[in-house]
Amino acid sequence: MKSAIRLTRTDRVFHLFIDASLILFLAILFIPIWSTIALSFRPNDFIGSALDGMLLAPWKWSTAAYKALLGHKAFITSTFNSFRIFFEGIAAALFFTVPLAYALSIKTLPGRKLLYVLVIIPYLFNVGLIPNYLLVSNLGLMNKLAAVFLPGAVSVYNTLIMKSFFEGIPEELKESARIDGASELTVLWKIILPLSKPILLTIGLYYGVHFWNDFFNAMLYINDSNLQPLPILLRNILLSSGMNEYVEENAFGEAPIAAIKAASVFLAAIPMLVAYPFIQKYFVKGTMLGSVKG
Amino acid sequence: MTSSPTIIGPSSPARTGAGGLWKSIKRHKAIYFLSSISLLYFIIFKYIPIWNAQIAFRDFQALDGVTGSPWVGLQNFRDFVNSYYFWELIRNTVFYSIGKMVFSIPAAIFLSVALYECRLFSLRKTVQTLAYLPHFLSWVIMYAILLALLSPSSGIVNDVIKLFGGEPVSFLTDTKAFPWIVLISDTWKEMGWSAIIFLAALMGIDPSLFEAATVEGASAWQRVLHITLPSIRPVIVMVVLLRLGTILDAGFNQIFMLYSLPVYSVADIIDTWIYRQGLLEFRFGLATAVGLFKGVFGLILIMVSNKLIRKYTDSGLY
Repeated sequence: MKSAIRLTRTDRVFHLFIDASLILFLAILFIPIWSTIALSFRPNDFIGSALDGMLLAPWKWSTAAYKALLGHKAFITSTFNSFRIFFEGIAAALFFTVPLAYALSIKTLPGRKLLYVLVIIPYLFNVGLIPNYLLVSNLGLMNKLAAVFLPGAVSVYNTLIMKSFFEGIPEELKESARIDGASELTVLWKIILPLSKPILLTIGLYYGVHFWNDFFNAMLYINDSNLQPLPILLRNILLSSGMNEYVEENAFGEAPIAAIKAASVFLAAIPMLVAYPFIQKYFVKGTMLGSVKG
Repeated sequence: MTSSPTIIGPSSPARTGAGGLWKSIKRHKAIYFLSSISLLYFIIFKYIPIWNAQIAFRDFQALDGVTGSPWVGLQNFRDFVNSYYFWELIRNTVFYSIGKMVFSIPAAIFLSVALYECRLFSLRKTVQTLAYLPHFLSWVIMYAILLALLSPSSGIVNDVIKLFGGEPVSFLTDTKAFPWIVLISDTWKEMGWSAIIFLAALMGIDPSLFEAATVEGASAWQRVLHITLPSIRPVIVMVVLLRLGTILDAGFNQIFMLYSLPVYSVADIIDTWIYRQGLLEFRFGLATAVGLFKGVFGLILIMVSNKLIRKYTDSGLY
């Protein structure tokens, strides 16, 4: 790659070392995930150590844990709530983030600097949990799904990534639209947003994954068990020693508790795993920028 | 992957005359309208909490509300600083912040250099695609993975220990093992993600440096030691300073998911303590005071670290 000069002996050792390290890295990444997946397919009559479990032969696999979960009402309700939080959260987040990022990206906008300062102050000065808790409770958001996503609906970090994307759109495109008599709103709607589809998708998924994963806001603000999102149900399942509350009696007999625990998190991670390739494509650049700019 | 980090900051406002300014404001009225909705969001969700933080100086009573509760001056702060837990909390918080840095930054640098030097395209591509995945797993899911690995009865780690004739360890409730689990699981989750910034910096190195070194007869090891690592030194300095700026954030979600009563003495950090004091024991004034203490201290730290970043690497955070 770097030059066409033939490799010396030490260089060959060097590359062997590099490749071995990366393969070791992949193994370290893979083993914990694999052992969780293997555990989720473990049948109730499984005998042997967990190491044997990792090599579980496919014909010995049991999907009892998945059947038990998918057939259970609490799991279905929580999944539905989580999807609502995911989509409503993304809509709210983009609704607040896009105009802010766009306003900050217009270099000639009067008052831009003030806007920037107003956005950055809460980012640098965090007053912590209780004042935010009081706000949500005073707004009457307790036991509303919006309480999970509204407090985090604008991330300064995501706003700045989007802003720098907008800044990268050539000024000439906007200028030519203006000459044709387009208003600033038309420029945003007809020129900027269509060109920004990749960043809107990426930032949207970024927010979405965050809302999907959140358990803390849900734990603080949602007490109604019909409104619980998945992470809360998962946490309850993981922390409980018996499964009777979560899995119906007959299903409970067919799969080990550990398998049900493992299966529940694997199911909950699926939407995230589906979204991952999309975000993965774009976030490297964005994160780099964000890390430098905050 | 693109070249070296770009720095984008707010440029100076346009220098236009009074008439031009008014015209510009009028021209952007739709933009002002749209962003004022976002600004309203900021005022409600970011600035009202700052206003609410005054209860740090009050004896908060739910019925009297934020402004109706009696003032108590610095009593809440004194209660915290004099409490038995103060030094334990500071110690644990700083321990986990620094420990995570010591573990994950060298690991991330190593990973990024290995990726940069790797010539097997498919291996490099596979690692690059998968390395960031754990970052997107929530700590609820991480907890389940750790249970599958570490459980004394069915975890594979204890299986290996038993295989070598050892006694199974209950990692998550053992005060000796717990800190290691926190540091290792954080490194596992975040090292790929932390490598991105180093990798980006590596991509910006001038390839002619390597060519010159190769012509001079430098081995691959020497190139890494004398070109690659020195080239990304500013970024390493920046990442370390950024992390030092958030030293009081030791990772609430992680500790909260993993800890339990037997390990409180080595696990409790400022944020988990705030949660328990505030929302389990309803000592709102005290919990807010601790949050404010942390916020002010964090603000100072981040300003100082930003100053140092500007000084040493000519880029800034804001």
